[in-house]
Parts: sequence; C-alpha cells; structure tokens
Amino acid sequence: MARAFTPKVVTANDLLEGDVIYQTEDDRWSRDLSDAELITDEAHAQVRLLDAARQASKIVGAYLADAVAGENGPEPTHFREDFRRTGPSNYAHGKQETSPQPRA
Amino acid sequence: MYRYSEFDHEFLAERNAQFRAQVERRIDGSLTEDEFKPLRLMNGLYLQLHAYMLRVAIPYGTLSSAQMRQLALLAEKWDKGYGHFTTRQNIQYNWPKLNDVPDMLDALAEVGMHAIQTSGNTIRNVTADHFAGAAADEVADPRPYAELLRQWSTDHPEFQFMPRKFKIAITGSENDRAVIKAHDIGLQLVERGGVLGARVIVGGGLGRTPMIGKELSDFVAFDDLLAYLESVVSVWNQIGRRDNKYKARIKITVHEHGIDAIRAKVNERFLQVRPQFKGADMNLLEEIKDHFAAPAFREGSVASFESAYANDPVFRSWVDTNIAPHKNADHAIVTISIKKHGATPGDATAEQMRIMADLAEEFAYDELRISHEQNVILPHVHKSDLPAIHAKLKEYELATANIGLISDIIACPGMDYCALATARSIPVAQEIATRFDELKLEHDIGHLKIKISGCINACGHHHVGHIGILGLDRAGVENYQITLGGDGTETAAVGDRTGPGFAYSEIVPAVERIVDTYLNQRESAEETFLETYRRVGMAPFKAALYPEARANAA
Repeated sequence: MARAFTPKVVTANDLLEGDVIYQTEDDRWSRDLSDAELITDEAHAQVRLLDAARQASKIVGAYLADAVAGENGPEPTHFREDFRRTGPSNYAHGKQETSPQPRA
Repeated sequence: MYRYSEFDHEFLAERNAQFRAQVERRIDGSLTEDEFKPLRLMNGLYLQLHAYMLRVAIPYGTLSSAQMRQLALLAEKWDKGYGHFTTRQNIQYNWPKLNDVPDMLDALAEVGMHAIQTSGNTIRNVTADHFAGAAADEVADPRPYAELLRQWSTDHPEFQFMPRKFKIAITGSENDRAVIKAHDIGLQLVERGGVLGARVIVGGGLGRTPMIGKELSDFVAFDDLLAYLESVVSVWNQIGRRDNKYKARIKITVHEHGIDAIRAKVNERFLQVRPQFKGADMNLLEEIKDHFAAPAFREGSVASFESAYANDPVFRSWVDTNIAPHKNADHAIVTISIKKHGATPGDATAEQMRIMADLAEEFAYDELRISHEQNVILPHVHKSDLPAIHAKLKEYELATANIGLISDIIACPGMDYCALATARSIPVAQEIATRFDELKLEHDIGHLKIKISGCINACGHHHVGHIGILGLDRAGVENYQITLGGDGTETAAVGDRTGPGFAYSEIVPAVERIVDTYLNQRESAEETFLETYRRVGMAPFKAALYPEARANAA
C-alpha cells in the first residue's frame, strides 16, 4: 500500500533575492512559513506544485515540504526546513534581520 | 603577481557581458531555470539555502592589496559586509541578489579577478601552497606553473563538459601544505639534474569515497608537463564514468582500472598530444615567471623584533604560533588567523579585509595569500615590522594566536548556508573553539587539526583532519561521526571512524574526551596528537568515547 500522504507546503526561492518563500492559499508568495497554505490532499498538492512551476520568472526550485499545523499556521517537521524558515545560526541574517533589505 | 594581458581583459569583459545578458533573459522570462542554471554555475553563481552565493576564484590563493580591497568593496556594496574564505582558496559571498551579480563580476574584472569555473564539471581553481615563493623549504615557486594551468584550463574546449569536476593542487615543497594527495591531480615540483619538473599524483579525493592519490609519474619535466596533464584529463574525460555521478571522479577511474593501466593509457595518449605542444606554453611560462619574481627583500636590523619578542608575552605567543620561517632569514611568513575563538571560521569583514590589504601594502610587498585552512597570509614580512603588524591586527580582532592549534578549525558552511548540507558545521566549530579557549588548554595540547564537514561531500576535509567531524542527518536529527588519525600532508592518511555518531549536544563533550585521552596517553608534551594516535591506536579513544560499550562487554 502506498504511504499515507503527510501535509505539505509549497516552498521555493525568490528568483531575484534567493530568499525562501512559501505559496499562500490566495496565490501569493510569502517569506513567512506561517502564511503558507497547508495542503492535506495529495492531488491538490500536485496541482499547487504545478501552479508554482508555472511562475518561472518569479521563483526557483519549487517543491513540496513536509509541515504540520501549528497554533500560528504551518510548522516544519524537519530541521532543514526549520533552518530555511529562520536563516543561518551564526549571524542574525536573512529572515532574522529586523530591517530586511528593501526589495530592489 | 600575475598582471592581466590585453587578451585576459578582453576575454573577461566579453564573458561578463554574455552573463549580464543571460541574467537579463532569465529575469524577463526568456530563459527557464533549467536553461539558466548551467550558465550561472559556469560563472560561480549558486542558489543556496537562503540566498544566492557567488564563489570568486582566488587563483593559487594569491592576492594584491588592490584585489583584497575590491573583495571588501563587494562585501560592503552587494553583500552583508563580510566574505567567507573557503578550503579551495576561494571567497564566497552568501547574500548577493541575482540582478547585482553582473555588476559584482565587472567590479572583479577591474582588478583581474573572476568567478569562472568555480563550479561545474570543469577544471576548477588551481590551488597552491599558501607559502609559495616564501617558504624556506621549496624547490621553486609553484605559482607560475599554477598560472599557466589557469590559462590552459580556462575555457579549454575539450574540458568544459567532463564527467565531473576536476581539481588540481600544486606545491614546490616536500612538506605538503597544499593537500596534493587529496586532489584529482597533485603536483609536487622537483628538480632532477638541473631540470625543473613535477612529480604527478593522481586520483586523490575526499567526498563519499575518500582516496589518497597515487603516483602516476615520479618526474615529468616542465617541457612535457602540460601535454602530460592534458593527456591525463583527456584519458579520464573519455573513460571516466558518466552513468553515476558518485563514481565519476578520476579517483574512481584510477581505482577501477588500476594505476598501471591508467599510466599506460596516459602514455599512449601523450604520444598523440605531445606534438601539439610546440613550445608556446614554455615561452608563456617564461613570461609568467617574470610576474612572480621575488620582491627585493629589504635589509635592516631585526633588533626591534628581538626586543619585542623578549618583552611582550602576547606578541611572543603570537610569533610562536603564527609565524613560519621565510627563505630570507631576516623575513618571516605571517599567518593571520581568521579563527577568532567563537567566530565563524574563514569569515572576514570588509573592514578586516581592508586592514589586511593596508598591512600588505605597507609591510608585505603588496602580497596576500588565502590558505586552504581558511586563514590569510602575509608571505613576506621583514621581522622588524612584526610588532607593528601585530599591534594593528590586535585592534581588529585578527591577532588570535592559534595557527595549527585546536581552535584553528576548518569548517564548511554546512546547513547554515549550503543547500547540500545534511547538518550544521559552523556552530560546532564555534563551540569547540570557545570551549578549549575557556579551558586555556590549547597551547598545552599543541598541534591538532580539527576539520568539520556538514555532509559527505567533505568540503571541510574531515577525512584528513587529525580529528574529523562529519555532520549527517540520522532519522531527521543532526548526528556527527568522528574520525581520528587523518592527515593532509605528505604523510597523507584517511582518518578511522571511531564508531557510532554523536548528537549535536554531545559532539563538543566527545571532542573533549578525545583530547583528554590524548593528554593522558602522550609520552611527552612534544608528542603530537597524531603521533600519539599512530602509536597507541584507536582503542583508548574508543574506550573514552563509548564507556557503555566497554561496560557491556565486561
């Protein structure tokens, strides 16, 4: 029997900045995992991934990442995704910066 | 120092213009990512975990002060104010924006630098002994030959789509500071009967299948060397495996065919290739040699050095660890530690880069080097200038006296930046350095190299660390395997695994137990960690690391 589907979010990197981004339910891209659409249906996940793949001039490398529902939206299940949503641990750079670089 | 010719400048300008147009076409949607990716990789641009990363080549690790200042400018103008020096004598910028990269490349071209072939299945940046041209123990300066190799391999039409990447390292000394036995080709300059040539090592490499290189030829004269190397790469390009990227490197080809069969094929190919080299390469080498002529070493009293050494214990400690003998007795080689305790190994701020550039200009004949151990070197310094250099370095947190000691750790970027990583390595390095600084033990421990990689690709050279640490993902949790007894010098060896790995929170205590064991086992303070390990073997370290296994066996 096929493995049970686990909830997913669609994530990618922004084409210009490279920053980690997440697909929202209303078809935006957010830099915040808690805004992401948590997908619980496998067929819907494939459709949403195709939606993302069509936006090649905005994003790079879309894929489905495991996530679980948390109090404030989706939470990562693996430490790699936890680092992706946070930024590096040696400096408070990337998403941890208080005043992110304005988008060029 | 090599100065670009008109041809070099034009080539680079054209290449950068091409890439600028490619970036524009990617942004306006004319190129897909699949089409763009190989193009950006050819120009050193990766997409990492949180951002793009631009890897800039520092050929054979040599920089002028003007080049170092330009690296600082890039860090400040287009990145977050710092750069990361790597184990391949490159510098990486962790936060560039895609549409800024063409400007960054143009800025690099202004000082004769580029990011070409810092990625992709090509011949990568040729690395060299970071003490080249200064070391007391070398036969000849390997950098003119390294520059010849750079020109030969850059855009070489036969070698743009190889089975996998290809790395060459070169040294002029018997004492190997360039890890030549862990490269696809390692070259050691040797002189035979007044003729300069190289011993050629092939098939070394780390990664998931670590191999120590084997001797392909004990001597190839310079006249024949380029044709010989072209034959080696050409043979591998034809028979190297393209069916499986994990078996594509030349180390696997050498392993599967055997060194004698490879030698026979290379010799056969050499007969075809040799006539194509009609001496232009040797004429070029002669020209290049002029660029690398040793500076006119100044004369003068070293009394001020001797008095500072006698009277200032902090200076003395720094001299004892960070200074190496120079071929000119009144001079010294200064290694500037980019490993302040608790800081990220290899990261320098724009301000630090400028200070180092200033010191090079004022005191070091305008030369700097980047070592594969992620430090910066002033290769030629008159000893009387050492106190002034040390004082300046102290002001900018660059005077850590730890070269070759336990906190002089090589660490790859790991999962803090790298898309390939399976675990973090930077914080492990930071915590080990901080811990042993607190214990005030590192000078007592002496020569000990810790090398950390955040995945099996081994950018952190963990296999050849006296203590090697490899970060893995074990069932969704970071886990660290330890190897002992690795060695990256002329007595190269791959380290032995101690046993099961350690959780993130257990890795620093595990290293501490290993070091305690060494301190208990060593016969004298002069016996280094590696010597002790080679004498007593794994057993006492294993017992210290896995006491429960011993208890269970009893």
